[in-house]
Amino acid sequence: MEALYAMKAWELQDMIDRGEVSVSEVLDAVLARLEQVENEVHSYITLTLDAARAAAAEADRARDGGKSPGAAAGIPMAIKDVLCTRGIRTTCGSRILEEYIPVYDATVLERLRHAGLVLVGKANMDEFAMGSSTENSAYGPTRNPWDLERVPGGSSGGSAAAVAAGEAIWALGSDTGGSIRQPASFCGLVGMKPTYGLVSRYGLVAFASSLDQVGPIARDVRDCALLLSLIAGHDRRDSTSLRLEPPDYLSAMQGDIRGLRVGMPRELMQEGLTPGVRKAMEDCLQKFEQLGAEVDEATLPNLDYALSAYYIIAPAEASSNLARFDGVRYGLRVEGAEDMMEMYGRTRAAGFGPEVKRRIMLGTYALSAGYYEAYYGQAQKVRTLIIRDFDAAYEKYDILVSPTTPTPAFALGEKVEDPLAMYLSDVCTIPVNLAGIPAISIPCGLEDGLPVGLQIMGKVLDETTVLRAARVMEEALAFREKPGSGKGVGA
Amino acid sequence: MIEPKDVEYVAWLARLDVSEEEKEKFTRQLGQVLEHAEKIKSLDTEDVDPTSHAIPLKNVMREDETGPCLSQEEALSGAPRTQGGYFVVPRII
Repeated sequence: MEALYAMKAWELQDMIDRGEVSVSEVLDAVLARLEQVENEVHSYITLTLDAARAAAAEADRARDGGKSPGAAAGIPMAIKDVLCTRGIRTTCGSRILEEYIPVYDATVLERLRHAGLVLVGKANMDEFAMGSSTENSAYGPTRNPWDLERVPGGSSGGSAAAVAAGEAIWALGSDTGGSIRQPASFCGLVGMKPTYGLVSRYGLVAFASSLDQVGPIARDVRDCALLLSLIAGHDRRDSTSLRLEPPDYLSAMQGDIRGLRVGMPRELMQEGLTPGVRKAMEDCLQKFEQLGAEVDEATLPNLDYALSAYYIIAPAEASSNLARFDGVRYGLRVEGAEDMMEMYGRTRAAGFGPEVKRRIMLGTYALSAGYYEAYYGQAQKVRTLIIRDFDAAYEKYDILVSPTTPTPAFALGEKVEDPLAMYLSDVCTIPVNLAGIPAISIPCGLEDGLPVGLQIMGKVLDETTVLRAARVMEEALAFREKPGSGKGVGA
Repeated sequence: MIEPKDVEYVAWLARLDVSEEEKEKFTRQLGQVLEHAEKIKSLDTEDVDPTSHAIPLKNVMREDETGPCLSQEEALSGAPRTQGGYFVVPRII
């Protein structure tokens, strides 16, 4: 039998329901694994082991008393350190929040607690979710469990590494330009960015408010759907939250994909793909056809402009959002300043890392008098054009597919001094955030022992079709690889 | 293109002290990113409306009702310095 820490949430839930294993036993297995690999992988910023043990014991007592312990019970979980957790330090990977202890829970945390959450800890991330490698964390980088010399992706790199290494069964991340899908792809996992507004952002520390969305990182599509069902739904505390009752994704995603119209945007299959990624994509398209889908080349003509528009819009929103870190109400303050202005300048210089400073500067520049129209205004118009491109494509196709990333995981240090090269690694995921549509990444092959991801994009609020296509493809692709014990942490 | 004095001005707008070394580095790096972003200027967007949110929402209204909220103590619990229920800040003028 597979080790408990390596099993899927739904498998563990079945075993717990049948009384074959207790929640505490599952947690102990995960914590023993954590003890073994955390020094090498560094998935977590803060561990909450005592609270996890208490939650597991409570779930066991509830079950012994004949009560259902809740849909998330018994499933040790990692939460990206960008989501506020009441009474538990929430750093966002930043020095400026090193001692910040929220006085409230994010809505998604509240929902998970009602469902019996067993929280292992707060996962490492690029500072304020800005980055694609988790190297921008003030608490040191996370390493890829498949190859410890490589990055796990980012910004939700700690969440993905924890699940891939067996230090959590599933996790939450946040995705502003690919920050769930890219690390899921780099770590051989399933990761989903839901439609903008499907999941509450209340208590998610804001990076770029019009692009941010919380979503699941899991070991298969079924777990991903299960976790999405637990967190989706309207929240009156988030004014951008959509007023709707989400379906039960688990039952809604059943069925085959015969006759499904699959478009492959040619702009996402152009330059920069490694041979292994290209080959994996070709195999995927063949699989789609064998499964009865109709595959065709699609076009999103303005996609070439998406990256540029994103790297104006996201920093602009970030520079505005991060103005709240002023050394007054929470977070770091550098003492000894003569006046307010000096305190602001010194506090923010000491509290923010290089990438966050860079994006604040870029955003402030793009919003400043004389440049606003040329940069920010124009980028917002380009955003409209990209949405129109997707609308036109979805008249012909039910889903669009692409690689999640042009290359598998890159080496630590490879791009950290070259921001533009780092930004270019998000070229396939960014358009999805600009358009607000849902997208998933599932593992679809290996290149030189490193996982490759397939991205499936859907229409607004059509998570069901995305999940169905992902589930059917997952079964057909039968990706069963695990991190090796040579370069990686072993299974 | 962007110059060190632009970086200095933007850093002031952003309330962010930058060292001489950072000034030099940001001048170069922001220049690179902005050069890449120049690309969008070439698009004809004369008749295109800007998008601020991908999923259009009208004004979101709800009843203004009191509900549970943070106590003064909780609200101040993260502040670096407080006194008598207030945030303490350095001299402003």
